[in-house]
Amino acid sequence: MISKAAIRAEAERLFGIFRAAGAVPVEADILLPAGTLLDLYGEDIRARAYVTQDPIRGEMMLRPDFTVPVVQAHMQHGADPARYCYLGEVFRAQEHLDDRPSEYLQVGFEIFDRANPEAADAEVFALFRDALHPLDLRAVTGDIGILMAAVRGLETTDRRKDALLRHVWRPRRFRALLDRFSGRAPEPAARRRLLDRLAADTPQALIAAAGPLVGLRDADEIAARANALLEDAKTPPIAALEAAMLYDLLSLETNAAAALTHLQGISRHLPAIGPAVDRFAARLQALTERGIDPATLPFEASHGRSAMEYYDGFVFSFLAGELPVASGGRYDALTAVLGQGRSIPAVGGILRPHLVAAMKGAL
Amino acid sequence: MVKIGVPSKGRLQEQTFDWFGARGLKMARSGSDREYAGRVEGVDGVTLVLLSASEIPRELAAGRIDLGVTGIDLVRDKLADWETQVAEVAPLGFGHADLILAVPACWIDVETVDDLDAAAAAFRRAHGHRLRIATKYHRLVRQFLTAQGVADYQLVDSQGATEGTVKNLTAEAIADITSSGETLRANHLKILSDALILQSQAMLYRARCASGPDIDALLARIGL
Repeated sequence: MISKAAIRAEAERLFGIFRAAGAVPVEADILLPAGTLLDLYGEDIRARAYVTQDPIRGEMMLRPDFTVPVVQAHMQHGADPARYCYLGEVFRAQEHLDDRPSEYLQVGFEIFDRANPEAADAEVFALFRDALHPLDLRAVTGDIGILMAAVRGLETTDRRKDALLRHVWRPRRFRALLDRFSGRAPEPAARRRLLDRLAADTPQALIAAAGPLVGLRDADEIAARANALLEDAKTPPIAALEAAMLYDLLSLETNAAAALTHLQGISRHLPAIGPAVDRFAARLQALTERGIDPATLPFEASHGRSAMEYYDGFVFSFLAGELPVASGGRYDALTAVLGQGRSIPAVGGILRPHLVAAMKGAL
Repeated sequence: MVKIGVPSKGRLQEQTFDWFGARGLKMARSGSDREYAGRVEGVDGVTLVLLSASEIPRELAAGRIDLGVTGIDLVRDKLADWETQVAEVAPLGFGHADLILAVPACWIDVETVDDLDAAAAAFRRAHGHRLRIATKYHRLVRQFLTAQGVADYQLVDSQGATEGTVKNLTAEAIADITSSGETLRANHLKILSDALILQSQAMLYRARCASGPDIDALLARIGL
């Protein structure tokens, strides 16, 4: 058992590395308004965080991570560009009786910079690699931006693309939708019956026949989706070649250099991913300049999809077995969600000093 | 001393007494009808504890009772990692109820969880807040919806008259237990076709932390 003091000392050492890299230390509240976090992460976060009731401020949450308060602080009064670091406890309720900690220190580093996102990606990754030297960790990288670009480039309706994009972070539902849209899965019987019923009369007549209107969702909203379902039923399946490339992309796991060659091949048939693949190439170049060899860097196209729902570009982890000692990624869209009309490209990550200290103790 | 927790009143208590009685363990209320006290006749060293069915999971987990009768729904909703805290001894064959998701019958476009998810996305865009599902079964409903990959919903707490929340505009959908579905229909709601979250009935549980020859002997006596 590593003492809290030893973990704190390790955290301070890592924090020192981030400060030396030019990051400004920032503080964040421990008690955060629950509403913002719930709207961002959805109801799942309620099971993973401590929610408490404040007599005046309503539902509050013990800080489950630093990203949201740090992004909010930056969007309100940050310099542009900016580099931040932080050190403090985060709190995670555990639904299972095992030895996963429910409070632990995180040390983090974030870059907000418009100039050269790929260079910033490489800077963060290299900084984390150096901070974790000489621990025996397995690095994994990914790029959710390529997956999102591939979906946007599909030759199908915007409605289907939006449905897929909305579930990029829920691999199982994404897969089910893709199977249906590409005709690989048969139409569920319940959907067939629903379509048959919807085709029988106008939505307005069917709604009126179904009973009194109760609830906030009004007849226009119901009719709009009924019409959308009928329209979608007439949409041809996603072409077999396009679908095959997307399935291929979802399961792509190789080294980053081979992944680039493969993706450049795909982009000849799926030109929409071209810009994202160019950014991937630029990132590998930036990583090479920092002494990281793409030919030995693991790349998994689906990495980071079941993590917190905000990464939308480069993602990375440093793993000890299955334990993430460090993880991070790019979250450009999150800054727009929290920025009230403004946004800035952002990338960063966190280290878990209790895992670093435990590994050092075992060295 | 073995402590058995049973529901403190109503049909569930009658059926529990009948079930044990049929196996040679006669349970009875003691004192006045209103006094929450009971006894087990003809067996020494067994104490009957009358409790609200919803508190029996917690009392089992804490080890304050050794055996307890309550609904599967309550144990699985109230106890994290329930298998590590209590063991199922025997299903009792009564108190059957299904935990389901229901939406307004006028939602002609929603039949399945997949439809609910799509409707939730459109609802959030139109109304600026996540689609509200009223329930008292927070853990079970959240686990189900997470496993199904549903987004853009929120759970709102409802400890009773849950079917009325939609009409009262405090929720758009509900997750609740039903046996016949009559209350749902009376409140203009319909059950989603693929959202059977849990099939519940009354169950005899044993606390994992409770062990000893007297518990084993008692269970053997009623043929378990």
